[in-house]
Amino acid sequence: MNFIYPEYELVRNAERCTKCGICVKQCPNGVHTLTADTASGAKNLAADDSKCVNCQRCVVYCPARALKIVKSGNTYRENTYWIQKTVNEIYLQAEHGGVLLSSMGNPEPYPVYFDKILVNASQVTNPPIDPLREPMETKVFLGGKPKAVERDASGQIVNNTKPQIELSMPMMFSAMSYGSISLTAHECLARAAAELGVMYNAGEGGLHESLYKYGRNTIVQVASGRFGVHPDYLNCGAAIEIKMGQGAKPGIGGHLPGSKIGADISRTRMIPEGSDAISPAPHHDIYSIEDLRQLVFSLKEATDYQKPVIVKIAAVHNVAAIASGIARSGADIIAIDGFRGGTGAAPTRIRDHVGIPIELALASVDQRLREEGIRDDVSLVVGGGIRSSADVVKAIALGADCVYIGTAALLALGCHLCRSCHTGRCAWGIATQDPELVKRLNPNTGYKRLVNLMHAWQHEIQEMMGGMGINAIESLRGNRLMLRGIGLNTKELEILGIKHAGE
Amino acid sequence: MLREGQIRIPSGCAIAGIIDRSGRRFSGEAITRSIAAMRDRSNGLGGGFAAYGIYPHYRDYYALHIFYDHHGAKANCEQFLKQHFEIVDQDRIPTKAVKAVNDPPLIWRYFVDPIPARLARSGLDPREYVVRTVLTVNRQIDGAYVFSSGKNMGIFKGVGYPEDIARFYRLEEYEGYCFTAHGRYPTNTPGWWGGAHPFGLLEYSVVHNGEISSYDTNRRTIEMYGYWCTLQTDTEVITYIIDHLHRGKGLMFEEIAAVVAPPFWQAIEQMSPEKRAFYKYLRNTFASLLVNGPFSIIVGFAGGLLALNDRLKLRSMVVGEKGDVTYFASEEAAIRVIAPDLDRIWAPKGGEPVIVMQGGGTVQ
Repeated sequence: MNFIYPEYELVRNAERCTKCGICVKQCPNGVHTLTADTASGAKNLAADDSKCVNCQRCVVYCPARALKIVKSGNTYRENTYWIQKTVNEIYLQAEHGGVLLSSMGNPEPYPVYFDKILVNASQVTNPPIDPLREPMETKVFLGGKPKAVERDASGQIVNNTKPQIELSMPMMFSAMSYGSISLTAHECLARAAAELGVMYNAGEGGLHESLYKYGRNTIVQVASGRFGVHPDYLNCGAAIEIKMGQGAKPGIGGHLPGSKIGADISRTRMIPEGSDAISPAPHHDIYSIEDLRQLVFSLKEATDYQKPVIVKIAAVHNVAAIASGIARSGADIIAIDGFRGGTGAAPTRIRDHVGIPIELALASVDQRLREEGIRDDVSLVVGGGIRSSADVVKAIALGADCVYIGTAALLALGCHLCRSCHTGRCAWGIATQDPELVKRLNPNTGYKRLVNLMHAWQHEIQEMMGGMGINAIESLRGNRLMLRGIGLNTKELEILGIKHAGE
Repeated sequence: MLREGQIRIPSGCAIAGIIDRSGRRFSGEAITRSIAAMRDRSNGLGGGFAAYGIYPHYRDYYALHIFYDHHGAKANCEQFLKQHFEIVDQDRIPTKAVKAVNDPPLIWRYFVDPIPARLARSGLDPREYVVRTVLTVNRQIDGAYVFSSGKNMGIFKGVGYPEDIARFYRLEEYEGYCFTAHGRYPTNTPGWWGGAHPFGLLEYSVVHNGEISSYDTNRRTIEMYGYWCTLQTDTEVITYIIDHLHRGKGLMFEEIAAVVAPPFWQAIEQMSPEKRAFYKYLRNTFASLLVNGPFSIIVGFAGGLLALNDRLKLRSMVVGEKGDVTYFASEEAAIRVIAPDLDRIWAPKGGEPVIVMQGGGTVQ
């Protein structure tokens, strides 16, 4: 017996509905059924709300705009401690006896520091700069900087720059594996990155051979499962990322069910068809920082020291000390993933209760690396809940070199954040391997929407930079005087390294 | 009210500079008249001068100019100095009473050299030893502030209009081959002498007109390399950047200009492969030392001057030449008032350094 009344209710406007049946075809979960009366031939549309995940596919595709999805409103006896969500989760676990699973980022009402930070602008004493009339530079290089300037016999500076990533703007698409998302979604990200002059991250599932041609705009990932890792893969990308952790599920690995491992994914991941792809919680060759150093240099050896190595970690309590260790382990770039970061599947309790906000992690890591005098040895990339260009500007002013964008990129492709990726039934053709559903994502429109989004954000970043009188993005990096807190306590301001508004 | 260093105070300003490339020495009269012509650009809350070649008798000693808030600070500081330096001479810097200059601190001058045994123990080169000692005084000895620390040069500054400060310090009695000047227009009233400009470290001195928007990026970067920005002023951080790049990284002044005010990427893309590689290297390697927002600066150093504008030239600066002498000022009038008949006068473009070396020409 199912104790749980559906959370959402499908409302069909009978006057508008033409009973065309598109909703039936679009719903991957069988919510809508179209029946015809045997006697009269009259059509009838019904909906089973219990199957609805509120992905909005039918709503968007209904040509008559006859559909909407609303909260069902069924309410348990009110209790501020045992809230309805808590009670429902207990019913679910009592019924199934399993770990609760969720997708996408932590939705709980923890403080959002980005929303408690305000940005400065120039008035009188120095002029704002108009990005429509003056150059407004957003080019970024990622990678450690040389410690000393070297000269040849004639006194000319020798180029001793370490391997770098060059980006036209301080934004990259974060790691999403082939398997967790469809090949078409991967193609959209790859083509958009190539057109924009940025990077996308292939994630931990290897790289499909059809995407090798975008290698110059690809970060290839090496995760604890080592799926799809081989010399050609490592040498194909512009940089290599070692994934130590993920913001949505710090401390645990990953699991792609065998049902999603078809022929293509099997070949790409180099595992048998139909077998579960399990990424262990730790890398079993990394139980300490000195082991990480060995993996960093193994990968550099394998790629002839031509590629920067990124080490990606989840934002956890001791993140500053961990980052300091990573900076001393040969890594060129540190990526930090905050607790709002997305996932294709994670245990709900982990996603909602483990890790810390990226704003605090970033601020403390940047400050710690500066106190130790090693900030120029590495670049910092942060991700995990970057929602807009304003978040990007604030992240850079707090000290990031660049941000990773994941959830926002999926939204651009059509995702409606129904948070049901783990079911593999994505109605938008993104987080699914079902060929019929995958077809729904058009690579030409998809990649263009990503390009549009990034261009829009770049313009907004330029506008905000101009307002601050800054015409090169490097002059915003770590420029915390451009930020003020609003409604933050002294400790929070101290950790963020910013003053309160009005100070 | 918080004083300079406890709070960041933006200011507008006037700057001027004169250098004789032949090394001929002349009095501080000319620079005083030049900066006085731009009185409107100051508001009486800060003025100062850097003068090069003024201490030929003590040319081999570091000349420390120090403000003391009280006699206790002087006693503490002198005790500290004696632990680190041999002091070959010391005196109260000669001043005269000027009506418009009020409440001066105690102003002393010391000619010093590092104590050899102590220097050897420190493992530092002498100049780094001096820098660290000076920064330690300024950070740790309450009421003492070293505002000039170079050889055969000195900074003279205070709260007042620059021409009044010049009279106060009897600048006309000094002879040097090069002078720079600063008149300050702060948007707040700290009334602290240490907050006036030029700002100096060793022989480097900076006068600056502007309000940089990259301040905290620059500050947080330079503080990684052993500097403490105790004043929170643009001029202070720019001076440390120049010291770090010139003395620390061994960059030449043309290269420093390419770090501090580099060409735009769109211009770099148009350059020859060698030049493109050169600018790309410097911009990437020292990205956080790009100084953004409006500025015009004149940097004094042993034997020369560097003048530089921000990349968009958001602050005025003109350069004039007459014979062996090169003049710099925020306004042409400030040059014409002392040299009406010039061989050449021009306004350097944004990001285009003008470097004048003693015994050399003007490089633009």
